[in-house]
Amino acid sequence: MTPDIAAILAIDGIASGAVYALVAIGTVLIFTVTRVIFIPFGDIAAFTALTLAALDAKQLPGTAALVAVLACLACAMESVALVRAGAARALPRAILCYLALPLIVVGIVWAAVKFDPPLPVRLVLTLMLITPIAPLLDRIVFRPIADGSVLLLLTVSVALHFALVGLGLMFFGPEGVRTEPLTSLSTEIGGITVSGQTVLILLAALLFSVLLFLFFDFTLIGKALRATAINRTGARLMGIRPARAGTIAYLLGSLMAGVSGILIAPVNTIFYDSGFLIGLKAFVGVIVGGMTSYPGAALGALGVGILESFASFESSTLKDVIVFSLLIPILLWLSFGAPHSDEEIEE
Amino acid sequence: MTGAQTRLVAAAAVLCLLIAPFWLNPFSVTLLNYIGIYALAAIGLALLTGVGGIISFGQAAFVGIAAYSTAWVSAANGYSPWLGLALAIVMTCAIAGILGFVTLRLQGHFLSLSTVAWGLAIYFLFGNIDGLGNYNGISNIPPIAIGSLLLTESWQIYLLIWGIVVAVLILCYNLLDSRVGRAMRALRGGNTLVESLGISAFRIKLLTFVLAAFLGALSGWLYAHLSRFISPGPFDAGMGIEYLMMAMVGGAGSVLGGVVGAAIVTLLKNSVQDYLPLIARGASGQLEIVAFSALFILFLQRARQGIVPFLAGFLPEPKLAVPQPAAALPRRAQPAPGKLLLKVDAVERRFGGLVAVNNVSFEVRAGEILGLIGPNGAGKSTIFNLLTGALRVNGGEIAFAGRPITHDPQCHIARAGVARTFQHVKLRPRMSLLDNVLLGTYARTRSGLLAGALRLDRAEEASARYAALCELQRVGLGEKPFELAGNLPLGNQRLLEIARALAADPALLVLDEPAAGLRRQEKLRLAELLRALRKDNLTILLVEHDMEFVMTLVDRIVVLDFGSKLCEGEPAAIRGDARVQEAYLGGVA
Amino acid sequence: MLALQNVSVAYGKVEAVRNVSLRVEQGQIVTVIGPNGAGKTTLLLAAMGLLRASGHMSFAGIDLSALDVEGRVERGLCLVPEKRELFSDMSVADNLLLGAYSRRDRADARHDLDGVYRRFPRLKERARQAAGTLSGGERQMLALGRALMAKPKLLVLDEPSLGLAPLIVREIFRTIASLRELGVSVLLVEQNARAALETADYGYVLETGEIVQSGPADALIHDPKLIAAYLGGH
Repeated sequence: MTPDIAAILAIDGIASGAVYALVAIGTVLIFTVTRVIFIPFGDIAAFTALTLAALDAKQLPGTAALVAVLACLACAMESVALVRAGAARALPRAILCYLALPLIVVGIVWAAVKFDPPLPVRLVLTLMLITPIAPLLDRIVFRPIADGSVLLLLTVSVALHFALVGLGLMFFGPEGVRTEPLTSLSTEIGGITVSGQTVLILLAALLFSVLLFLFFDFTLIGKALRATAINRTGARLMGIRPARAGTIAYLLGSLMAGVSGILIAPVNTIFYDSGFLIGLKAFVGVIVGGMTSYPGAALGALGVGILESFASFESSTLKDVIVFSLLIPILLWLSFGAPHSDEEIEE
Repeated sequence: MTGAQTRLVAAAAVLCLLIAPFWLNPFSVTLLNYIGIYALAAIGLALLTGVGGIISFGQAAFVGIAAYSTAWVSAANGYSPWLGLALAIVMTCAIAGILGFVTLRLQGHFLSLSTVAWGLAIYFLFGNIDGLGNYNGISNIPPIAIGSLLLTESWQIYLLIWGIVVAVLILCYNLLDSRVGRAMRALRGGNTLVESLGISAFRIKLLTFVLAAFLGALSGWLYAHLSRFISPGPFDAGMGIEYLMMAMVGGAGSVLGGVVGAAIVTLLKNSVQDYLPLIARGASGQLEIVAFSALFILFLQRARQGIVPFLAGFLPEPKLAVPQPAAALPRRAQPAPGKLLLKVDAVERRFGGLVAVNNVSFEVRAGEILGLIGPNGAGKSTIFNLLTGALRVNGGEIAFAGRPITHDPQCHIARAGVARTFQHVKLRPRMSLLDNVLLGTYARTRSGLLAGALRLDRAEEASARYAALCELQRVGLGEKPFELAGNLPLGNQRLLEIARALAADPALLVLDEPAAGLRRQEKLRLAELLRALRKDNLTILLVEHDMEFVMTLVDRIVVLDFGSKLCEGEPAAIRGDARVQEAYLGGVA
Repeated sequence: MLALQNVSVAYGKVEAVRNVSLRVEQGQIVTVIGPNGAGKTTLLLAAMGLLRASGHMSFAGIDLSALDVEGRVERGLCLVPEKRELFSDMSVADNLLLGAYSRRDRADARHDLDGVYRRFPRLKERARQAAGTLSGGERQMLALGRALMAKPKLLVLDEPSLGLAPLIVREIFRTIASLRELGVSVLLVEQNARAALETADYGYVLETGEIVQSGPADALIHDPKLIAAYLGGH
């Protein structure tokens, strides 16, 4: 392996690592606020890519139907829960949030498709359409068991992933997509050509990391979200509703998944089930960060990207085996550092 | 329902199973074959996840290792499938042993994540090792042969499969009712509980883990020789989830639930395949997995307990035989009264910025009752956790019966003769009173996993059961030994914990707020019991808030305040001490 | 201000609190004292809505059964729990600011922050430190300060003197007494009977889940039965 090849592999690795980093940060965000290990993160990223491709092809994306169905389901569940709790006065607000808003978004996209909007508008529409998905899924799947153990939430999360894969096939079909790069520019760093797309990915990852950092450390809502994760009871006693904190976390997470999807769409061919591997690799990064640290997750994800790049050069078939096997020593190393919690397992 | 009636029902069920292939259509028999095979893997997972509390997503990987082992031996190399069985078991158990050894020290969700990791890694290996047919798989796997009979017919292999299932069910039931099985059932109570009983939690987890893999291996072997073709597909993450579903739907912790769950999930899959096209024409293939997952999610939201426990609630109570007198278990030689038993020397413990225990020293002499008192937050429970090994000291020394135990793990300290109860009662609410107390006898008995499964441990079990019954009677709970511990009121639960501690035949009994939350009558009973124990030469160290309870019971008192020792002496002296009065009633504001 | 009527709380089959009725009038400091395990904390958790209870509870004329925990906090009923429940990884300043989360007038929060710093200068010194590194007394001050940031109408305190040195206990109770000037009503649960009764206007004695005595605080403090109950010797 010459230094040149190593450099190219490294840059490739950093690029895919940066996408994994976005997914990793989003996963940490959702976990720290809700204790849910949100495996479907990768699926949402894949759906975003598919949505953008559909818009590029001037078609209504399958996502529209998905969002509509989820909205109806979530609204129904929330309405029933409110009526049962005797809080029917909150119904109009619930219908607005869970049904009207998502449907309005779907309507806008449906109308816009007819006008063949330019790329920037298509990007915005894609993100608009994808953002409601995670909060709606939260309402339908996780809210009823929000107090469950992390393991229960994880199991449900995995089951949800499979449901989404099935839905993905239904709404998007089996073909893979690859969108146009967002920019055809390229630069030279140290004698090696780096595509503009790669630079964009790195910038986006950096931008989001900084924005999140500012959000969590300097705004009251950000602090409230962190507080919910640190001490749920304490947060409730301050008047911070965990459910609302969760929704905000899922909204942000969805957005980040969307951005990841947009960035990765021109680089790899994305299928309806590509989300799993993306999510899982980002997950290795999350675990390196001990599940709670943003810089740790981002660095870990970058590491995975680079590792994968070099591993696929050595043996493309075993690269997945290597990446996942490495998870175990990492888990061990982390477990030694983590405080010993003697959790009694619920019956 | 008596034991005889249960056996009758079981025999009838087995009979139905035996004649089933002769009056069902071939498709149903095939379905039952697959149900039986999945049931084996699900039973393994029911043990690991339901009983042991370790959620594993990787059972499919173990099934796959076994299937590939036997396929490689019999199809690729032409040897007998029975040799394939041997290799399958060896490979699977060895790999499980290594993986378990490496990962079972992880806690909670880290452990489950690790099962996802190696499950995936192994799955990818199947598709990538040359010689295993890559993604095309291995075909032409020969059928199993018993002597000269080839099991090619559905009904033939049906008998083998279900024969194995029934045998496994019986062995597992025996196991769960034996020494090692009880230790497995205790795992869900948390590491602290398990170790305080002198049980090495790690060893039991590893045992359960390998056992689950072993059952997965049986499943994989049968699968390969039933379908005569394998590829990586049936051993992927999706199948891992399905096995988990089967174990959970059937009922966490219920071995029979594994069979029931396998049946339900398999039948459901089939009917979903049949009925879905009626509801949504055209999109049926993908909707299947969606409907399936949605059902699983709904199930996890509403009915986590599973089918079998739910149904078991409707069945009449089984009438079990009360343990009869039997040979006594070995007893510990109690130290001579008055001799120094426990020495706590300048012990310190910090939590971040807080000094919870500050340079505390005291001694406990054999045959006395020592009380540790102090206002809330004084550090009493912390000291208990320190001297039983549940927490590490930051400074100082602790010695028990002349040997230093400062850095000993909980398990060793328990086996040395220190038995404890907990401030927040740690019982197994779904186990009977007798079983909970039997947990205390673990360190005094020796039967292993095989002895338990094959019922070769009857003599030792009888001794242990009788000893447990005696302790129950001693604390006054001997009337209904088969009552579930979770149904007891708090006062009796505390007595049960004491019975369990006594069953370990300790030299030192350490009680953490035994009177907390008890009514006046219950406190009087408790005090009487403790006095009787002292007459039996037991040494007792207890922490309490209730001054009246403590003053009339103990021989000496040590008073703590803000983590430091305030004073020590006899009850009368302590009661009159102005500093103690101030510490309790509070300073003048 | 706060009225509990025939409130009972059960943990599974065990009734931890049985038929308790008490009132806190506006501007009053009411204390509930009793030995450990009497059910004091359980009672408070039920009043806040963290535990399910039977019976009737109302606050400032509003029926509490219609409000969840956060709703009660928003209406001005605030709890400083026994375990303090601080955000240990966050700074002292952040903990205090979050106390004001439930208020409509968040803009005034900064102003109130200065007030809290004036009352507890030690917190100002440690403003940037993580809450988890504070000593026991400082943590209690932080918990109290955080609750005050919410501008509560009624402050519920669960064992404020827990694990604190006598000098600090004196400070804390002085602070509690001064809350009267702010117009804040106080419900105070304590093991330290003397300090509690010297600060309060009215007292209830809770034993194994039931109110066994009640009356004006200065009457209770001289009651010989009470003194005996705490140190045994019936």
